[in-house]
Amino acid sequence: DPKRCSCVYFEVDLNPTCRLLGGSASLLRLYHRFRALDRNKKGYLSRVDLQQIGALAVNPLGERIIDSFFPDGNLRVDFPGFVRVLAHFRPVDDDDSGMRDPKQPEPLNSRMNKLRFVFQLYDLDRDGKISRHEMLQVLRLMVGVQVTEEQLESITDRTVQEADEDGDGAVSFLEFTKSLEKMDIEQKMSIRILK
Amino acid sequence: MLLASLPLLGLPLAGAATTEAPTQEPGSSGEPPPGLALFRWQWHEVEAPYLVALWILVASLAKIVFHLSRKVTSLVPESCLLILLGLVLGGIVLAVAKKAEYQLEPGTFFLFLLPPIVLDSGYFMPSRLFFDNLGAILTYAVVGTLWNAFTTGAALWGLQQAGLVAPRVQASLLDFLLFGSLISAVDPVAVLAVFEEVHVNDTLFIIVFGESLLNDAVTVVLYKVCNSFVEMGSANVQAADYLKGVASLFVVSLGGAAVGLVFAFLLALTTRFTKRVRIIEPLLVFLLAYAAYLTAEMASLSAILAVTMCGLGCKKYVEANISHKSRTAVKYTMKTLASCAETVIFMLLGISAVDSSKWAWDSGLVLGTLFFILFFRALGVVLQTWVLNQFRLVPLDKIDQVVMSYGGLRGAVAFALVILLDRTKVPAKDYFVATTIVVVFFTVIVQGLTIKPLVKWLKVKRSEHHKPTLNQELHEHTFDHILAAVEDVVGHHGYHYWRDRWEQFDKKYLSQLLMRRSAYRIRDQIWDVYYRLNIRDAISFVDQGGHVLSSTGLTLPSMPSRNSVAETSVTNLLRESGSGACLDLQVIDTVRSVRDREDAAMHHLLCGGLYKPRRRYKASCSRHFISEDAQERQDKEIFQQNMKRRLESFKSTKHNICFNKSKPRPRKTGRKKKDGLANTEATNGKPLRDLGFQDTAAVILTVESEEEEESDSSETEKEDDEGIIFVARATSEVLQEGKVSGSLEVCPSPRIIPPSPTCAEKELPWKSGQGDLAVYVSSETTKIVPVDMQAGWNQSISSLESLASPPCTQAPTMSRLPPCPLAAEEPQPPFDLPYDPRPSFAFPPSLAKAGRSRSESSADIPQQQELQPLMGHEDRTHLSPRTANSHWCIQFNKGGRL
Repeated sequence: DPKRCSCVYFEVDLNPTCRLLGGSASLLRLYHRFRALDRNKKGYLSRVDLQQIGALAVNPLGERIIDSFFPDGNLRVDFPGFVRVLAHFRPVDDDDSGMRDPKQPEPLNSRMNKLRFVFQLYDLDRDGKISRHEMLQVLRLMVGVQVTEEQLESITDRTVQEADEDGDGAVSFLEFTKSLEKMDIEQKMSIRILK
Repeated sequence: MLLASLPLLGLPLAGAATTEAPTQEPGSSGEPPPGLALFRWQWHEVEAPYLVALWILVASLAKIVFHLSRKVTSLVPESCLLILLGLVLGGIVLAVAKKAEYQLEPGTFFLFLLPPIVLDSGYFMPSRLFFDNLGAILTYAVVGTLWNAFTTGAALWGLQQAGLVAPRVQASLLDFLLFGSLISAVDPVAVLAVFEEVHVNDTLFIIVFGESLLNDAVTVVLYKVCNSFVEMGSANVQAADYLKGVASLFVVSLGGAAVGLVFAFLLALTTRFTKRVRIIEPLLVFLLAYAAYLTAEMASLSAILAVTMCGLGCKKYVEANISHKSRTAVKYTMKTLASCAETVIFMLLGISAVDSSKWAWDSGLVLGTLFFILFFRALGVVLQTWVLNQFRLVPLDKIDQVVMSYGGLRGAVAFALVILLDRTKVPAKDYFVATTIVVVFFTVIVQGLTIKPLVKWLKVKRSEHHKPTLNQELHEHTFDHILAAVEDVVGHHGYHYWRDRWEQFDKKYLSQLLMRRSAYRIRDQIWDVYYRLNIRDAISFVDQGGHVLSSTGLTLPSMPSRNSVAETSVTNLLRESGSGACLDLQVIDTVRSVRDREDAAMHHLLCGGLYKPRRRYKASCSRHFISEDAQERQDKEIFQQNMKRRLESFKSTKHNICFNKSKPRPRKTGRKKKDGLANTEATNGKPLRDLGFQDTAAVILTVESEEEEESDSSETEKEDDEGIIFVARATSEVLQEGKVSGSLEVCPSPRIIPPSPTCAEKELPWKSGQGDLAVYVSSETTKIVPVDMQAGWNQSISSLESLASPPCTQAPTMSRLPPCPLAAEEPQPPFDLPYDPRPSFAFPPSLAKAGRSRSESSADIPQQQELQPLMGHEDRTHLSPRTANSHWCIQFNKGGRL
């Protein structure tokens, strides 16, 4: 109910934001969380606000996920922006996929958008391709320190080769989705409480 | 005594046999022994283990018979067949012995048969899947089992009150609740046996199977509580007892799990220190897991839960710590034990059912129980799923619920528990036994038979196995981290949050403590997938026989376009000319004078890339690389060469595969030398007359496989004691030496031992091929080389021999070569014979002088004595090759003939 949505926040019309999520309950939850993270009550979140979340600091991808909240070099994220990022992780509802108006843009929690979100975490320079170097960086984060650099390089080579179909030595988004086509992304990239 | 035992031998069944043995044995043992018995029959001393072994053997043979027909096993689950077999066997025993001898003893079942199955299922449980669905599993296991027990018990009591159960079944509400508690639990053995063949999707499988494992705690508690209430009498049960009953549920389940985890910890810690005693690693796994089971049983905790948790908890660390071979041993032993136990359980179930003295039939009770367990199972599943789906990300749909309801199989646990009842306390025990047997048979046979068609008909999502890819593994890790991060941002500490916490704790502390430092790296999951992919590649190479690579990635020296050096070299000319005798001395001269360096390069090229079979085959038939005969051999060698390269490219696997760098080479060279000598000397012996024969002999030698050659040469050795003997001897020796190290032939990397250019190589181009090129040069050229040129030819022969000769000899020919011609290239000591202290190489001085004989080894001394004069000639041959040539060659020719 849009009415409720707009009443919890006072500066922006929250109807579109509300539509991103399934219902107002989770929006309310996010709103409270947003307020809690916003320590100085400045109405937006800065990088520091997110960095202070303890567990995020030890997450190997933490910094990159924080980056995804601040696209295009922004230094602050407002509540709709905050919700928009998190809306990627809403579980896919079977009902609304069938009833969806084909004219409307794909919802943020569609398979493609979920994948695009992940892809952008890999693709640091935003050139639409995961280069070998970018893959190496991700693998270094994921594999940990026990594997030598040399081994890491060979893993990287193999990973890129595996997904690379056109032989350009990099993984495009298309190749990326193909390499994951057997995986249940809708399930693996969803969090129940955002329903 | 013997007479008494004869029936034992004659009877097909040990069961029938034992019935007679006790009756006869006392009589015969009572008499004083009539003297020294020539033959004593001691059945009683071996009876128990013998019977166990026989039962297992019968069960295993039955399994083999079942699987002879694929059609039968695809339609009928093995458990059904085994139960039916048990029925038949039990019937035979009953008919022969007039009473049922065997049944599933609860003690045996719980102490010996159940643990391996549970350990196997716990150890190989997909832990991620298990924990992902832990909520659902626990719900079904705890709530579902309680629900089933109470509703079934109460409904049966109601049935009795309604008068539908015969009045001779004397049972109170408590009795029915007790019966309900033992009949309600889904049985892990039965579920596993049936579901493993059905292949439903992973989530469905883990929920049903996990439930069957975890509900043990509930079953144990319910059974014990009800049993003690029954024994106390319902009048004496007080409120505090109910509370205790509830409390014991927690004690039994959590206690069991705790015992399991403690032993898992101990097991992981122990295997960390087994580096020097690898052989006991598998044993440790079984011992400690069994200790966990017994400990839990001893403390009357849930033993199944303990073993499950032990297996689940220790696997990661144990697998990392123990060696690869131990891993395989653990896996196979575990599977063997579990399968064996399962087989015996089902067979004994069938046999036990025959014993009619133990059960009493009541149709009302049987039919009522059957109906109620099915109905309440389905109802319970639907209700619980409805609640669970409110919380589940992926709801369980209706089809899943149908399969879950229908997959609630009862099995041997229920049977063992019902046998354990005390007839004095539970007067209706016999009726309960009969009902339990019917329920177990119905669920295992009827439901087991129909579940497969049902799954097909309902189009239940099947499990799909796709190869793991690095990308998937990497992205899955990414997803996990992303989800954990998102939960952090959202501020909801859910499943992903806690899993992430746990993983970090594991990484920081547990793995450090429980894993070997060397193993820690290997167990990184991404690395693991990478490693496994590489292994898989290697295996697929073997399957393809290396064809793919041989056509693409190889540097084939025989391909003229690849290498101009190869094109101009003498070998290539030889190849082009084929086996025909068109080669003239001019060519050889040219090569000799001009192309030294090219040939040296060629030599290195050949060392790296030339394959024995191909090369040899070409010598007899140019251009056609692959003959049908040599195919397999070539494939093997090509594969080895390829793997060398590939393995080098991922050197990182070094710690797993130990490279064997130098050994295979001497073997090759040794062989070549031998062949070379055989050929050259044979041809030299009778210069022109016998050429045809000798030529074919040489060809035969070359295409034969290694083993054949080896045996050939040893045969030669036995038959002839002249000339060639030492050659053959040397070869077999070298071969053996190669064999010792040859198992890892795949690994050595080709460029690690770059053949150093030797002085001989610089002087004589055909030596650069370490003799192998010279083989062909020699065999071919003898045909056309004029007799007067044979002196020069012999020089090359003798220098060839110098490859196999120690550098220290005083033979004049040797003076052509620098003191250490090729020894540096060959790491194998046998070639340095004169320095070798081994007695087998102690030669008579004359032999030692004749350098070429040093490769002759401990051939019989008499032989050597006989040879001595010949060797003397040889010596002279070296001094003046031209004069002594013919004599020398004849000696060799004798030996060289096959």
